[in-house]
Amino acid sequence: MQTNSDNILSAVRIEKGFPGTKALDKVDFHLRRGEVHALLGENGAGKSTLIKCLTGAYRRDGGSILLDGAEVDPRDTFDAQRLGIGTVYQEVNLLPNLTVAENLFLGRQPRRFGMVDTRTMNRKARELLAEYELDLDVTRDLASYSVAIQQVVAIARAVDLSGKVLILDEPTASLDAHEVAMLFRIVRRLKARGLGIIFITHFLEQVYEISDRITVLRNGQLVGTRETSDLNRRDLIAMMIGRELAAEIHSARTETAEGRMRYRFRNYGRRGRINPFDLDVRAGEVVGIAGLLGSGRTETAEVLFGAHRADSGSAEIDGQTVDLSSPRAAIRHKFGFCPEDRKTAGIVGDLSVRENIVLALQARRGWTRPLSRAEQNRLADQYIRALDIRTADREKPIKLLSGGNQQKAILARWLATEPEFLILDEPTRGIDVGAHAEIVRLIESLREKGLSLIVISSEIEELVAYSSRVVVLRDRSHVAELGGDRITAHQIVEAIAAANEREAS
Amino acid sequence: MTSTVRTYLGRLLPQLIALAIIITAISIIFPGFLNLQIQNGRLYGSLIDILNRGAPVVLLAIGMTVVIATKGIDLSVGAVMAICGAVSASLITSGHSLVETLLVTLAVGILCGVWNGILVAVLDIQPIIATLVLMVAGRGIAQLITEGAILTFIDPGLIFIGSGSFLGLPMPVVIWLIFGILVALVVRQTALGMLVEAVGVNREASTLSGVFTPVLLIAAYVLSGLCAAIAGIIAAADIKGADANNAGLWLELDAILAVVVGGTSLLGGRFSIAASVLGAVIIQAINTGILLSGFPPEFNLIIKAAIIVFILVLQSPRFRTAFTYVSMPRAAGKPTEREAK
Repeated sequence: MQTNSDNILSAVRIEKGFPGTKALDKVDFHLRRGEVHALLGENGAGKSTLIKCLTGAYRRDGGSILLDGAEVDPRDTFDAQRLGIGTVYQEVNLLPNLTVAENLFLGRQPRRFGMVDTRTMNRKARELLAEYELDLDVTRDLASYSVAIQQVVAIARAVDLSGKVLILDEPTASLDAHEVAMLFRIVRRLKARGLGIIFITHFLEQVYEISDRITVLRNGQLVGTRETSDLNRRDLIAMMIGRELAAEIHSARTETAEGRMRYRFRNYGRRGRINPFDLDVRAGEVVGIAGLLGSGRTETAEVLFGAHRADSGSAEIDGQTVDLSSPRAAIRHKFGFCPEDRKTAGIVGDLSVRENIVLALQARRGWTRPLSRAEQNRLADQYIRALDIRTADREKPIKLLSGGNQQKAILARWLATEPEFLILDEPTRGIDVGAHAEIVRLIESLREKGLSLIVISSEIEELVAYSSRVVVLRDRSHVAELGGDRITAHQIVEAIAAANEREAS
Repeated sequence: MTSTVRTYLGRLLPQLIALAIIITAISIIFPGFLNLQIQNGRLYGSLIDILNRGAPVVLLAIGMTVVIATKGIDLSVGAVMAICGAVSASLITSGHSLVETLLVTLAVGILCGVWNGILVAVLDIQPIIATLVLMVAGRGIAQLITEGAILTFIDPGLIFIGSGSFLGLPMPVVIWLIFGILVALVVRQTALGMLVEAVGVNREASTLSGVFTPVLLIAAYVLSGLCAAIAGIIAAADIKGADANNAGLWLELDAILAVVVGGTSLLGGRFSIAASVLGAVIIQAINTGILLSGFPPEFNLIIKAAIIVFILVLQSPRFRTAFTYVSMPRAAGKPTEREAK
């Protein structure tokens, strides 16, 4: 344990809740002077919520923030900047239509006789950028430079304004290898100057290249903070997606699904989204899909459901070749799909719970055959009861429900169509523990009823609990399939990590 | 049953109150305003006049409501009115029968709607731009049809649509009443209304739920085109001629305003055709009231704008929150969030 004076920024027991979820649950985070500290976790783990609490973009519900040993309470991002905490986001939040110099000194331009002193500003801008090995024409529009340069300009501005803590939120997401190297040179230089740098990314190689320590969050909780040199890649992945391996030698599922083979996809894929794959699904079987973020999990789901039309291969149901080129076509074959992004692709926010539940069934019946109001009420009430959807009444707009209840309502939307093939993309993300368990139970009961399910999840032990088989993805390809007693958290993590190590070497 | 009626009235209440206030105000200044009399089996009076004069905007507002509910907007309706007026005038003067004229004109309106719908639903162009194309081009097309002149006609059948009466009511009023009820019934008795609202709130989620969004979107613009065609026929029949330059000029804006006054959000979703019709009647009542008051014409638009701003402020959620806050008993003295910490 380091002494407090070594920590430039300490966040202690930070708490933040949103309706229905606990986004941060007493998270501790310590940043030392002159270190690069990687903040990792899958989507929804709480990384960005933590950053937003540190920069004052969100009001935290509890906990304290110490900067240089003194307690601070940033009210908004400007306040945080003034205190010394600067942030650079993936999408550069500068003004592309202003010059580089104007961007660097926006809101604090040097003045002369009340007018902006452009010459001094440009000179200072050149001096500032020289420290970053950049020799730019600072009078040109920012937009005329590459994203990498813009990124550096944003960093220069943030450091010049704040100068104690620099937060880099996925800065390398749209950079090529050469640009990443340039960025890292700059990051190392800032580190040498004694800044504390928080680095958020999904690229594990970069974490190992640049960071001194790693903090992992999962489901809004702190998993742990480790020295990068003491943590191998496999353990890191285990920290990100599953609990400690030792505890996870789950009782392997001995029974394999015995239902008849119903769905057969051959060489199925779409260029640029997911490489062609083969997949067979039996009746009464749950096929789990595992892989890191960006490995092609969601793309697999979308191509199976026709949300993005497959451009290669064929699909068969019970030996008959079928057309699954659009959601409507897939729904005709009794498919259902709960998308990952509930808000933008799942719920119809302003409509009532009742309307959201009957939507897919009504769409399949066509507009000329409306479900009577009595029938809608009956369906809505039936599923509100069966899935225990907590809502004041069925006419409440669905956007007012908590995440877990929204998710259950979308499941109800598909169950109302009596589907035979259900694709669930991260069905338990961002919902509270109670609803989580209920959805896992629901998946098991649907399988027992003979449905075929595809479930995508970042929660390894969840996949272990209900999957009959697990397909592992990497780099938009299906790289491994685990069945029977090979379905353990250990084996899955191993498969993902093996794939990653091969890539790294 | 009574509860359905109550929610329905609750939805229309702000519009009904606004209309009542405007009509009361006018009738205080002009005591004869509310008088109705029957001559030659037909009702006459300022109130009837409002309903009659308002016919084109009411019709446009019906179509516009559905388009706006899909999160779209149709700027072309004024121009489509001009096209359809020109088509009907040129057909009837070139010796086609009334039935042929009407059917072809309605078909042209539908065609305009299909054009807009394809631009929006298939080519995925933003509705405001997509319909701007026809708004600009439409007047040119209408002028080509009328060859630049005001095309007058004397066919009594076509003129009857503009100035005749049925069951004591002017034909335009009869037409929009029947058409409005018809559209409202079709939309609410089938699943169309709900599906349109779903698409308007969240197009992606609706598509993933199997709603056939392109067809629904095209249908909305087709309805709007059809409404514009009927409005165009009425406007032409009213002046016994087709004026490509002025028919329906700026009426798309009145129609959008009518929808907004009717409380349908420009962000799409929940809509009420009855409320939009009331909105159109409110706008016409304001027009007529200002006309009667004898203000210099320069003031008319400003006064109209002021009244509409007032109506919109009444509807704004912020105003409502502020109003409930002000009307809360002071003694309550609820601690604010920050104080509570």
